[in-house]
Amino acid sequence: MFQRRLGGALTVAALVAAACGPGASQAPTGGPATGAPATGGPASAAPTTATIGEGEGELNLVIWAGYAERGATFPSFDWVTPFETETGCMVNTTNMTDSNNGVSLMQSGQYDGISASGDATTRLIQGGIVAPIDTSIFEHYGNVFPGLKDLPHNTVDGVNYGVPHGRGANLLMYNTNEVTPAPTSWDGVWEGGSAYAGNISIYDSSIYIADAAVHLMATQPALGITDPYQLNDAQFAAAIALLEAQAANGALYWSVYTDQMASYTAGDVVIGTTWPLQVALLKAEGVPVEGILPDEGSTGWSDTWMMHADADNPNCMLMWMDHMMSPEGNGQATVYFGEAATSPQACAYAETIAAGHCEVTHATDEAYYDKVWYWSTPQADCADEDAATTCKTQDDWVAAWTNIRGS
Amino acid sequence: MVESRLARVLLRIASGGVLAFLYLPLVVVVIYAFNTSRIQAWPPAGFTLHWFGEAANNPQVIGALVNSLLAASLATVLALVLGTLAAMAVHRYSFFGRQTISFLLVLPIALPGVVTGVALQTTFITFGIDFGLMTIVVGHATFCVVIIYNNVIARLRRLPSSPEEASADLGGDMWTTFRRVTGPRLGTALMSGALLSFALSFDEIIVTLFTAGPGTQTIPLFIFASLQQPRELPVVNVVAFVLILASIVPVWLATRLSGAETAGARL
Amino acid sequence: MTTATTPPDPPRRPSFVRRLSIWLFPRRRLQVGLLLSTPLGWLTIVYLGSLFILLLNAFWEKDTFTGNVEPFNWTLRAFELLINGEAYRTVALRTIAMAALVTVTCAVLAFPIAYYMARIASPRVRNAMVVAVLMPLWAAYLVKVYAWRTIIQGNGLLEWVLNPFGIDGPSLRAISNSWLVLSYLWLPYMILPLYAGLERIPKSLLEASADLGGKARTTFRRVILPLSFPSLVAGSIFTFSLTLGDYITPDLVSDAKFIGNVIYDNSSLGNLPLAAAYSLLPITIMIVYLAVARRLGAFDSL
Repeated sequence: MFQRRLGGALTVAALVAAACGPGASQAPTGGPATGAPATGGPASAAPTTATIGEGEGELNLVIWAGYAERGATFPSFDWVTPFETETGCMVNTTNMTDSNNGVSLMQSGQYDGISASGDATTRLIQGGIVAPIDTSIFEHYGNVFPGLKDLPHNTVDGVNYGVPHGRGANLLMYNTNEVTPAPTSWDGVWEGGSAYAGNISIYDSSIYIADAAVHLMATQPALGITDPYQLNDAQFAAAIALLEAQAANGALYWSVYTDQMASYTAGDVVIGTTWPLQVALLKAEGVPVEGILPDEGSTGWSDTWMMHADADNPNCMLMWMDHMMSPEGNGQATVYFGEAATSPQACAYAETIAAGHCEVTHATDEAYYDKVWYWSTPQADCADEDAATTCKTQDDWVAAWTNIRGS
Repeated sequence: MVESRLARVLLRIASGGVLAFLYLPLVVVVIYAFNTSRIQAWPPAGFTLHWFGEAANNPQVIGALVNSLLAASLATVLALVLGTLAAMAVHRYSFFGRQTISFLLVLPIALPGVVTGVALQTTFITFGIDFGLMTIVVGHATFCVVIIYNNVIARLRRLPSSPEEASADLGGDMWTTFRRVTGPRLGTALMSGALLSFALSFDEIIVTLFTAGPGTQTIPLFIFASLQQPRELPVVNVVAFVLILASIVPVWLATRLSGAETAGARL
Repeated sequence: MTTATTPPDPPRRPSFVRRLSIWLFPRRRLQVGLLLSTPLGWLTIVYLGSLFILLLNAFWEKDTFTGNVEPFNWTLRAFELLINGEAYRTVALRTIAMAALVTVTCAVLAFPIAYYMARIASPRVRNAMVVAVLMPLWAAYLVKVYAWRTIIQGNGLLEWVLNPFGIDGPSLRAISNSWLVLSYLWLPYMILPLYAGLERIPKSLLEASADLGGKARTTFRRVILPLSFPSLVAGSIFTFSLTLGDYITPDLVSDAKFIGNVIYDNSSLGNLPLAAAYSLLPITIMIVYLAVARRLGAFDSL
C-alpha cells in the first residue's frame, strides 16, 4: 500500500518541502524557559522567549515505535534525516512499550522529549518532569486544528505543556481467512474468545483494562461506566473478571509491535487488538489481515510532544516539535502510523502520499472520536467534580494487571 | 581402557547429539542470513547475498561495532588490573577475610544480571551521572573481574614460588620481580582471561540495557533494537553470522592458552 | 709492579621503587592492604554501593500518581504488596522450579559429552570439542533466543518437522519453550567445569574400582559422581543464577512471567520500590546457594 505511493508524489513533496526553507529561525540568543525541578507539582508557567535558539547537535527522544522513521522500513518514509540535515540535531530514539515505560524513561533524566499519550501526560505534568511550552515560538502551531489545541490532557490552567502530534484508535485486527464472517464487535476477544482459544493477541499493559471497560459499557450498561479509565470497585471487578476469562482463553500478549506482527504472520494469532501501524505493515507484507473500529468503540490515544524540564538539548527539542507539526513531518508520520493528522496543511500533504488519508482517519470528524476514549491516567478522585466518588488508582491498575499476567 | 565398548559408542553418539543441539539455532541463523524473504518461515524462500551488502552499508552497524570493541577493551583492561591485584593478594598472603574476597568477587557474576543492572542504573540516576560508554564499561568491568581473578589464581596455584624468591634473593625489588618473573609466567593466563572477559563484555545485553545511554549502542543493543523493527531481521542474522565467524580464531586461541589449566593428571 | 686500583663507585642511592620494596617487605599486612585496596574499593563502592542504594529504594515511598520515588520516606508498602500479591508468589515458585529443572537438564545433557571429552577423546579431538563447545557462547545471546523463537513459531522449523507426523508444534505461550531455550543457552556453562572436573579424576581410581568388581554403573555412582560433584555444583551456579534473573528469554519464547520479568517490568514501568523489594528474593537465594556451593567445594572448580 505504501510502496506504491513512492516516486513521483514524494519527490514533488520533497521538492516543495525543500523550497519552503528551514522552519525555525536561527537567532543566536534565547532558549526556552525550563520549568521547575522534577520534585512534584507542575513546572511553573510564564515561558518567555520568542524564538528558538541554536541547535545543540543532539536530540534524545522517547517515542512510540514508528514515530521517528529514518527510511529503514520504507525508504520513502523518512522524516528524521531531513530534520537532522536541516538542524544539525542528530536524533537518538528509544521506543517505549507503554506509557508507564515512557514515564519511567523520562524520569531517568536521559531524554529531551517524549511523544506522550494522555495517560502519561498528566503524570509527567504533575510530576514536574516536563516543561511548559510557549506555542507562539513555533512556525506551524497556528495551523493545528482548533479541536486539538488546549486539551485538558496537555494543558493545565491555560499553560501548554506540549504540542499535539496525532490521534487514533486501537483497532481490532483479524485474519480475514480464519475469522469469518468479518467481525463488527470486540466479542471475538472477550466472550466469543473460546472460538479462537490460544490465538488471541492482546496488548500487554495495564491500560488495557480500559478496553475491558469499553466492552462492558456496551454489554453491561447497568454497571454505569461513563469513563473507562475511572472505575469504581464494582466496575473494576467486572473488568478484571473479563480479563481473567480472556487470559484463560489463551491470550498471547505483545508489548513490542514486531512480536505481534510475527505472530500474525506465523499464524499463531488470528484476532486481537492492535495499532493501525501493524495493520498497514502486515498488509504491505501480504498477510491477509484487516483492522476495524468495532461498533462499541475503542480506546485510543491523542499524543503530545513534550519536552523534559531539564532537557540537555532544549532547542533541538523545540525544533523537532515544530518539525512534527509541519506538513511534511506530520503528514508522513501520520500516514505511516495510520493516525489522524493535526492540521489542514498536513492533511493536504498526506493526501499526496495516501489519497483519502484524512477521511479514513477521521482527522476532522469529531463525532468519530466520541466513540474513542483516549488513554488517560486512572485517578483516585475519578477526575470529575464530584468529590464523593473514588476510583481505582494507577497503582491499582498496574497491580491488577501484574496479577493477571503473573499467574 | 576402563569404559566398555558399548559405553564408548553410546557416549560418542550422545556427544554428537549434544553438539548438534548446540549448533542447531546457529545453523538456522546462518541459513536465514542468506534467505531472500524477510519473513523467517521454514523452509527458506531462496538464496541471496543482498543482506550482507545492506549490513556493511548500515552506519548503525559500524557505530555499534566500534562501541562494542571500545567498551570490551576498556572493561577488559580494567578487569585485568583489578583481577590480578586481587588474585595476587589472595594467593600470596593469608589474612583474615580471605574467603570473603573470593565470595565478593563472584557476586557480580552470580547475582542475576537484572538486579545488577537495575542497581547500577538507579545509582547513576541518583548521582546524576550521564549514561554513556563509561557507564557501560563500569558495569562490564565489575563482573569481568572474577574471570581474570579465576584464571590468575588458578595459574598462581600451579606455579612454584621459587622463581620469585630467587628473584628477590638476586636483588630484584617488587616491581622488577613482577615485571620480569611473575608477569611472564602469568602471561598466558592473563591472555586467556582477557579473551574470555572480552567475549563476555562483547555479548552482554542484560546489564547493558540498563547502563547504556540513548546515544550509545553496542552490538547487542543494536540487535535488540533491530529485533523491534519490522524489517531489520536479515541484517541481524548477517551480523550474527559474521560475529560467529570472527570469533573462531579468538576462541581457539583462548583454548590453547588455557590448555595448561585443563591438562589434568592422567595417572 | 703496581696494581692500579680504581676507587670504588660511590654508593648510589637506591631507586624509589627499590626503597619502597625494602620498606614494604616486612610489612606484609600493608602489602595485602595495598594490593587489595583497588579491587576491593571498586567492588565495594561500585557494586555493593549500587546494591545498597537499590535496596534502600525498597523501603521508600513512591507517589502513587506521578511515580516519583520520595527518598527517606520510609515505608514497608512494597513488601506488603509483594506478600499480599498472589502473582508474586506464583512467579517466584515458578522461577525457582524452572531454575532447578534447567540445572538438572543441563547436568544430564552435559555429563555424556563432558565425560567423552575428558576421558575418551584423543587430545586433538578434545581440543576441537572444547572449541566447539565454547563457540556458541560467542554467538550473540539475543540471536540465539530469537532463532529458537523462529524455530518454534508457526511455519517454523519445528512445525515443518512435526507436521508430517500429525503432531502440532507448541504454541508460543508454552512454558516448556523457556525450559528448552534456557537449557540450551546455559549448557556450555555446565559442560566446561564438568569437563575440567572429570579430567582431574585419576584413572587409577577407576581402574581400582573395576578391579574391585564394580560394574560401570557402580563405578559411576560411587566414584565418578562424588568426585565430579563439586564441578557439577560449580556449573550449576551459572545455570541456576542465569535462569533466576533472565527476562529476555521468557519474554520472547513464552508468555509466563519469571522473577526477572517482574523486576524488569517494575523498574521500567516506574515502580522502583517494588522492583527493589522483589530483587531481595533472588539476591537472598543466590547468596545462600553460593554459601552452600562453597561448602561443597565448587569454588575450586569454577
